[in-house]
Amino acid sequence: MKEENNEKLLLQGLARNDKKAVETIYRLNYSMVQSLIISNNGSADDAKDIFQETMIVLYEKSRSGTFELNCLIRTYVYSVARRLWLKKLQQASRFGGDMTVVENTVPVEEDLDEHQRRDHEFVMMERAMEGLGEPCRSLLEAFYLRKKNMQEIAGTFGYTNAENAKTQKYKCLVRLKKVFFTHYKNGTGDERSQ
Amino acid sequence: MNEANDIMMLDAVERYIRGEMTPDERLHFETLRKSNGEIDQLVVEHTLFLQQLNRFGERQGMQSTLNEVHTDLAKQGKIHADTLEGKAKMVYMWNRYKRVTAIAASIAGITAISLSFLVNSIHPPAKAENLQELVRDVNTIKRSQDVIIKSQKVLDQKIDNVNAAGARSPIIPRFNGTGFLIDPKGLMITNAHVVKNSKNIFVQNNKGTQFKAIVLKLDVKRDVAIIKIDDENFKPLSVLPYGIRKGGSEIAESIFTLGFPREEIVYGEGYLSARTGFNGDTLSCQISVDANPGNSGGPIFNKDGEVIGILSAKEIAAEGAVFAVQSKYIYQAVDELKKNSIYEKVKLSPKSSLVGMDKVKQVERIQDCIYMVKAD
Repeated sequence: MKEENNEKLLLQGLARNDKKAVETIYRLNYSMVQSLIISNNGSADDAKDIFQETMIVLYEKSRSGTFELNCLIRTYVYSVARRLWLKKLQQASRFGGDMTVVENTVPVEEDLDEHQRRDHEFVMMERAMEGLGEPCRSLLEAFYLRKKNMQEIAGTFGYTNAENAKTQKYKCLVRLKKVFFTHYKNGTGDERSQ
Repeated sequence: MNEANDIMMLDAVERYIRGEMTPDERLHFETLRKSNGEIDQLVVEHTLFLQQLNRFGERQGMQSTLNEVHTDLAKQGKIHADTLEGKAKMVYMWNRYKRVTAIAASIAGITAISLSFLVNSIHPPAKAENLQELVRDVNTIKRSQDVIIKSQKVLDQKIDNVNAAGARSPIIPRFNGTGFLIDPKGLMITNAHVVKNSKNIFVQNNKGTQFKAIVLKLDVKRDVAIIKIDDENFKPLSVLPYGIRKGGSEIAESIFTLGFPREEIVYGEGYLSARTGFNGDTLSCQISVDANPGNSGGPIFNKDGEVIGILSAKEIAAEGAVFAVQSKYIYQAVDELKKNSIYEKVKLSPKSSLVGMDKVKQVERIQDCIYMVKAD
């Protein structure tokens, strides 16, 4: 029972991006994933990538309203990491046989589909942001991601007043939205037609 | 609607979505929304957009926590991420090279069998007068044995190289390289193998002026060193013209380098050919550019004048493949340097003031920040 509570707390911490919680989950599961990757044709760098992507999947899941993990974090992490690595190996066709399973696993296909969709959206936003150029990108990041107010932003970016900064922010936002939605509409359209 | 109106409307929509409106205002806005399809559409669209933007920010935040945690835990020795040890390393090497080993072994086997067959078929019975030939044959066998031994050595060397590739061992001769400023006060990046084990380090700018420099941080594994110009004749700049890129770069992005393969600064052009380096190393990337030994440690710029990497050891096996340490690593290295040191206040800037400028102008402004690094 105590174990269960602990796990719940860890996941709540993860959902808040609490460093302590992230660190604990990281420390308890990293070597398991590393040995999985290494004993299946991967390098230490592959292990890091796969583990961190797995953590993102868990993070996304922990943030969704309906979240309930009905297995141990360890089992979930192992299952996700294994699927992710399997997929990567298949893409690189470095893989012939089956991967030995040394831990319990649970089905995670649905979660990974969801993750893939989100990943796609993330990349779209990332590209759109990158395409903006400076100072637009930093301006929008300061306002929307770091939640700075217009007064502060005007100061950092050297606008004479908050009103001017707001006008600039508006122009940047319109550009970002346009780029993002063009890809977004195309992107989702493509996926549906597949 | 004119722009001022648009700005106001968007502002209202954002406050509405965030629930920052007063009850009255909210009621008014909701009536407006019902009666005006355009505004309704804007609310729906903007809600979706803000949600996407939020998720983007949150995930970026998580990613950076993960990287921080990874670095911390690795440093505390709680995870063994970078240094595969003992059994793990054996498993990794074996998995990776079992095919090579198998091929090598079978080649050795086939050579031995065909050789003995050859010897037998040419010399059925040994005659006295053929003694000399026999000696020659023995020599031949010995020689082919040597070949086998040699190929064994090559294999060993290959494995060593792989070991070394993890360790980014110096492939290019030491003593002369390129370095570039990462902060206006004289902090520079170069390759570790250029300055490792040297007593005196001098950096020389394009005008031929030399300054003394000291090593602050050496990462032999990544082959990156942070050095500092420590010379009273050096006048700090107010700001660097280029920025240092935090994120990754795209394949086929065009790039250019500046370095000192000879006494004069030399420009080179190319493109990013792979987002990861040797063996899929995610902290490095592969570029296609003409590079000579003296280029080692030099910066790689993208078209916006952002440093995207540090030119690193040239991979011997593949001609034309040059590897670079990605610029995000510079941030990591400087962060480590900053901890509990007098360099706490060092701040790297991702902002380049060269965006949209033509190449000639860019290079003109950059070249004063690129130095030849001389070490003995």
